[in-house]
Parts: sequence; structure tokens; C-alpha cells
Amino acid sequence: MRSIEKSLARFNQAGIRPVAVSADTPEETRDWLKSAGYTFTFLSDRNADVIRRYDLVHAHAGEGGRDVARPAEFLVDPSGTVRWINLTENYWVRARPEDILDKAKLLQ
Amino acid sequence: MNARRFNWPLWAGFLLTLIASFSYFAFFVRFPVTRDFPWANLLLFLLAAVLLLLGIRRGFARDRAHPTRSKILTSIVSVFGVAIFAFFVFVIFIGGRWLPPSTGAPHVGQKVPEFTLSDSNGRQVSLNELMSTPIEGKPPKGVLLVFYRGYW
Repeated sequence: MRSIEKSLARFNQAGIRPVAVSADTPEETRDWLKSAGYTFTFLSDRNADVIRRYDLVHAHAGEGGRDVARPAEFLVDPSGTVRWINLTENYWVRARPEDILDKAKLLQ
Repeated sequence: MNARRFNWPLWAGFLLTLIASFSYFAFFVRFPVTRDFPWANLLLFLLAAVLLLLGIRRGFARDRAHPTRSKILTSIVSVFGVAIFAFFVFVIFIGGRWLPPSTGAPHVGQKVPEFTLSDSNGRQVSLNELMSTPIEGKPPKGVLLVFYRGYW
């Protein structure tokens, strides 16, 4: 998230809108965004319904055994078609903004 | 001979294993270069291992004032140091892989399911809206959906 926020100007320039989705409540997210200084869109999927439809549920992995999302990134074009995916195999390894921006050139 | 009695390499090595472990979560995780592979932390662990080995040599030296006590203490501290390293390796390289396979996730070329969710201000936002609202006056070329575990 931090690296996406840092690259936000470049994402804007490329015409790519980053949108984060988690099972946190809007209130939890709002407080966190304020302290972390993140400015892009964060969505709240409290019951993990959307996360389930995308088959990204990490069952009982959240606070108090809640279902949460496993980390995943999708680059989607305006028609709603997936152009690139990153399903990390290791929680600590994530896609880097420069790689995502490189893939975003496919959408030009 | 006070300096001879205090086994500083042992304690410094032990302290460094703690730092090597926690600095990843507190600091190095913030930067992709040190997060994706924890080389900075492994280097710290290597340095810690050297110090611990020096400490073990010292602790087991024949000319110590209390050889038995010194050997027991040295062994305990070293075992804890190794345990901290094992914990770190486990969390990063094994625990980090405990993720669902998500084979049913949308593939390249497929359409993603439409959704409407609440943003952090409680406003309902649809994917359609995100894909059509202009960015700096121009229609967006795409949306990057980032699913994440949660802030905690």
C-alpha cells in the first residue's frame, strides 16, 4: 500500500486507478488511512462477499477468526476484462508498482 | 579481570538476533527491496551468529572464574538466539506461504464480477463507477484492484 501511495502520481499519469479491498469496516479503514496518509480509494467488504466471489478468501485468518482476503492484485481494463494478475505465493512478497505500471502499458 | 568475566560477544550476539528479527516487521517490511527477500535481516543474523560463536568460545574457555555457570549460561543464551532465528525463518519462508490457492480467481481475459462496496467515508462505490470516473480529466485506462488482509 505504501509503495502504491508513493507511486500514485505515476498511476494517475498512466490512467490507472488503484483501489484497495479488504474485510475491514469503513471506520477501521478510515482511521488507518488517516494515520498512514493513504489517499486512494479503499473499499470495505465486511462480510467478505466480494472477496468470496473472487475466490480470494483466506478463511479464519483475520482477527478473531474472521475470513479475510489473501493478497492479490488485478489489472482490469475499462470493459472489466482482467489484463494482468498477481497471486503471490508468499505473503511477504508483493508486486512492485514499477512492474504493475509496466504491465499497465498493455492497456494503452 | 571484570572485562574477562562479562561475555559481551555473547550478549551482543543475542541482542542482535532480536534486532535482526523484529527490525523486519518494524522497518524493513516497508521497502520492497528489503521486504520481498529479507537479505538485510539475514545479514544481521549472520553478524549475530559470528558474535554468538565468539561468545560461545569465550563462555567455554578454560580460564573462566566459574566454568560451569559460564557454560550453562552460554548454552542457554545461544539456544535462545538460534530459536529466534528459526522463528524468523519459519514466519517468513514457511508461514508466509500459507495462503489459499485461489484457483477460482478471475483469470487473464475473463471479466471480473461487478460489485458495489462502501468506501472509507461510507459512500457506496461500484466497480463500474471506478472504471468510468475520469482521472485528472481523462477516462481511466484501467483499475488496479488490490485485495489485502486488513490493516492490523
